[in-house]
Amino acid sequence: MAELLAQSDEDLLDRFQRAAFDYFLEQTNPLNGLVADTSRIGAPASIAVVGFALSCYPIGVERGWMARADAATRVLATLLFFWDGPQSEQPDAIGYKGFFYHFLDIRTGKRVWQSELSLIDTTFLLAGMLVASVYFSADTPQENEIRERVDAIYRRIDWQWARGGGTTVRQGWKPESGFLHYGWEGYSEAIILYVLGLASPSHPLPEHSFGAWNATYQWENIYDYEFLYAGPLFIHHFSHAWIDFDGIKDRFMQAKNSDYFENSRRATLVQREYARRNPHDFEGYGENCWGITANEGPGFKTLKTNGRDRRFFGYAARGVPYGPDDGTIDPCGALASLPFTPELAISALRHFCARYPEMIRDSRLPSGFNPTVSGDGASGWVSEGYFGLDQGIVVLMIENHRSRLIWNLMRQCPHIDRGLRRAGFTGGWLS
Amino acid sequence: MTMSVASGSRAEGSPSEAADDRFQREIIDNVRPPVWRNPTFSGRYNLVVIGAGPGGVIAAREAAVLGAKVALVERDLIGGDRLNIGCVPSKTLIRTARLYAEMREAKNYGGRVPGKIAIGFATVMERMRRIQAHLSRADSARRLSEAGVDVYFGEARFAGSDTVAVAGAVLRFKKALIATGARPQTPPISGLAETGYLTNENVFNLTECPRRLLVVGGGPLGCELAQAFCRFGSHVIIAQDDPMFLPKEERDAAQILSDSLAYDGVEIHLNTTVVAVRKAGALKIVDLVSDDDKFSVSVDEILAGIGRSPNVEGMDLEAAGVAYDTEAGIHVDDFLRTSNPRIYAAGDVCLEHKFTHTAEASARIVVQNALFLGRQKLSALTIPWCTYTDPEIAHVGLYVREARQAAIPVRTFTILMHDVDRAVTDGEAEGFVKIHVRDGTDQILGATVVARHAGEMINEISLAIYAGIGLGVLARVIHAYPTQAEAIKMAADAYMRTRLTPTLKSRARRWLAR
Repeated sequence: MAELLAQSDEDLLDRFQRAAFDYFLEQTNPLNGLVADTSRIGAPASIAVVGFALSCYPIGVERGWMARADAATRVLATLLFFWDGPQSEQPDAIGYKGFFYHFLDIRTGKRVWQSELSLIDTTFLLAGMLVASVYFSADTPQENEIRERVDAIYRRIDWQWARGGGTTVRQGWKPESGFLHYGWEGYSEAIILYVLGLASPSHPLPEHSFGAWNATYQWENIYDYEFLYAGPLFIHHFSHAWIDFDGIKDRFMQAKNSDYFENSRRATLVQREYARRNPHDFEGYGENCWGITANEGPGFKTLKTNGRDRRFFGYAARGVPYGPDDGTIDPCGALASLPFTPELAISALRHFCARYPEMIRDSRLPSGFNPTVSGDGASGWVSEGYFGLDQGIVVLMIENHRSRLIWNLMRQCPHIDRGLRRAGFTGGWLS
Repeated sequence: MTMSVASGSRAEGSPSEAADDRFQREIIDNVRPPVWRNPTFSGRYNLVVIGAGPGGVIAAREAAVLGAKVALVERDLIGGDRLNIGCVPSKTLIRTARLYAEMREAKNYGGRVPGKIAIGFATVMERMRRIQAHLSRADSARRLSEAGVDVYFGEARFAGSDTVAVAGAVLRFKKALIATGARPQTPPISGLAETGYLTNENVFNLTECPRRLLVVGGGPLGCELAQAFCRFGSHVIIAQDDPMFLPKEERDAAQILSDSLAYDGVEIHLNTTVVAVRKAGALKIVDLVSDDDKFSVSVDEILAGIGRSPNVEGMDLEAAGVAYDTEAGIHVDDFLRTSNPRIYAAGDVCLEHKFTHTAEASARIVVQNALFLGRQKLSALTIPWCTYTDPEIAHVGLYVREARQAAIPVRTFTILMHDVDRAVTDGEAEGFVKIHVRDGTDQILGATVVARHAGEMINEISLAIYAGIGLGVLARVIHAYPTQAEAIKMAADAYMRTRLTPTLKSRARRWLAR
């Protein structure tokens, strides 16, 4: 670990980015492009993780970690699977109305766990497809087919149906019970969902749907930072993995004289400040140990630690400052703040390496660790294996920090441009 | 004046059906004396008030103080929901439940509880009746009579636009006030009525703590009693149709409440609908559905705390030309006048916000408007409310979503209770104060407080809104240290710091450096 800490920031980031990228080489079924949700044995594929994989391949090519032809082959295999897979109301389909089920069997592609037809996870999948369609721009049969398939898959998605008769978009649907009976409230990772829904070339969302959604926003002054509040850190990352919000503003941000990029910076500062104050006296929390977000935790149980009964959670959307918070830190979440607060994110990464070396294996970060729960070493409880979403956001955000590759690709995507404009964004690179 | 013996029915589950002890007898003696002769008065009353709940009693008392000839008609018990089946018994139980919770948490406070903590449910309920008896003295039938109010027991029926018949007597009036309150709605759940269930009308008559209790609905009453019974040792399951508790409140407040209930041990099922109930021996089997997940639970009792229906039946409102419907209740204008200009309404029977303090405030408006040509408006009221869970959740004014729907730019100043010294020393650091202001100003639009004593703290913000006091002034008000209400000043201080623009800071630096 001393060798790791001796590296320059650039080398350190390169090492962690490469390690995270390798997840997608290791955990992908090359026959259909599906990627395991986690590295655990028997894990199903997550369509959101596939979206991250599709976004990672261009990075791998540019970084010299894989050949362009190999990347294109993987992308095309993925697209063919999602284009050819059955779409219907039948439970054995892989999707319906152009959307896809959240979890699929990585080998057969069949829906597992009776998972929901997920609008947000389909969005992340589509975002990855759009990255690929912009990146693979060569006039070759393979790359031409990539672009054609992406366009066809996009056109098949019925965003208007996804409103379920309402103004805003629902969270999901199941063949057994119909739409999940809750939607999106407050600022969330769904901003890219609305952008892609508004940009749809075939079934676009109406413009007022975006305004109806952000009518539930809350602009708060917390710890003297003013920002558009959302508790879990990942909310301030996920849409930003693909869209460069720096300098572009919708009506809400115009009124607040801010933008979503600056907002994520402030959200990170609030996270750090919360960890410094450490209201619940969790072990480890501090100015370089933060990252409270949706991730895996020690499990749903009550344990006595330091004479206090504390509740712990399994996979949960942890948030700041209102909770839930059980002392679990997501190091990937902290690192994903790199584009917004580079110095703080790198300081946190170095702190994780120095203080909790046992949780880092082969330069890859786990989904979570909890020093308040006793375990092997200072890290306490450590999440087993790796989660694709964590590795994906690390790869993309380090790349956006280093080269802006994904942001620049998506700036060239006409759908992103159209969706942002229909949502009311102006200024900055949209000018 | 001659006397007649009143007759009237009593609501199912009222204190008259509860345990027969000296406290119970005192309550009945105060709120429904076994021997009572209705007054007779052949003249015309300035005001006839129907319903002796909080609103009706306040109106009758105030009118009498002002010299009016007043009749107060009650078909059941003086005090209404508040005293008999509402705030008083529930808050009394909540206090005891909190005590048990604190005893279990004693170690976290450096304390030690000798031996095992045993729940004595009978003594819990006895304390509740003792306090009801104590509080029933203030507005007893005799005291009201002594205050100049003619108290009638019996069913009131309008016999015309200016007359009411009560227990064989006909009361003529210049003005009347309908303040008959509301009652629990019967939830439309298959098999529930046949199986039997608890509401706030009979839950306070329990003589044993249910071993397993299902609470249907995550509104204020459901959450309060779910937490209380859990703390008494019940295994409590709460099923809420919405994705979060208290759907009208801020989601962060609901999140903290959800965490708190879970910490107490309440089994929480959000996004879950109760679809059917059936009996299996002594148990009740309840079928629940959450999206495509169908499951059943076995419980001893079911508490259905959802919704309230206005009491509009049985008064022959048609005879008086008073418009109403069974969902919204009696139709009133902003001056609380019904479609019959002689007749007004107040409280739960006509208002969306069904709170004791709203009933009282609206009743005061009626006294002014009905008797003294007042023009006071319901819409001018600043109405706070509070859910008495632990922590409490209190609100006043606009929510952010309401402000934004009204195109009002809004900005929120938030103070976490974990930054308030007294909350930390008290071990009560869960929660927050959020004060919403019109962006660019210090005008307070609304606020939500989540704290152990949020109900006490919200009053300061209600005062500020009512009096037009902004955060700038609140920042200059000295708050005693250490108190949890300091959080409000801290929010005001946070506002003041945003007033320090770069220009002001620069000027200050130049001044100091001169």
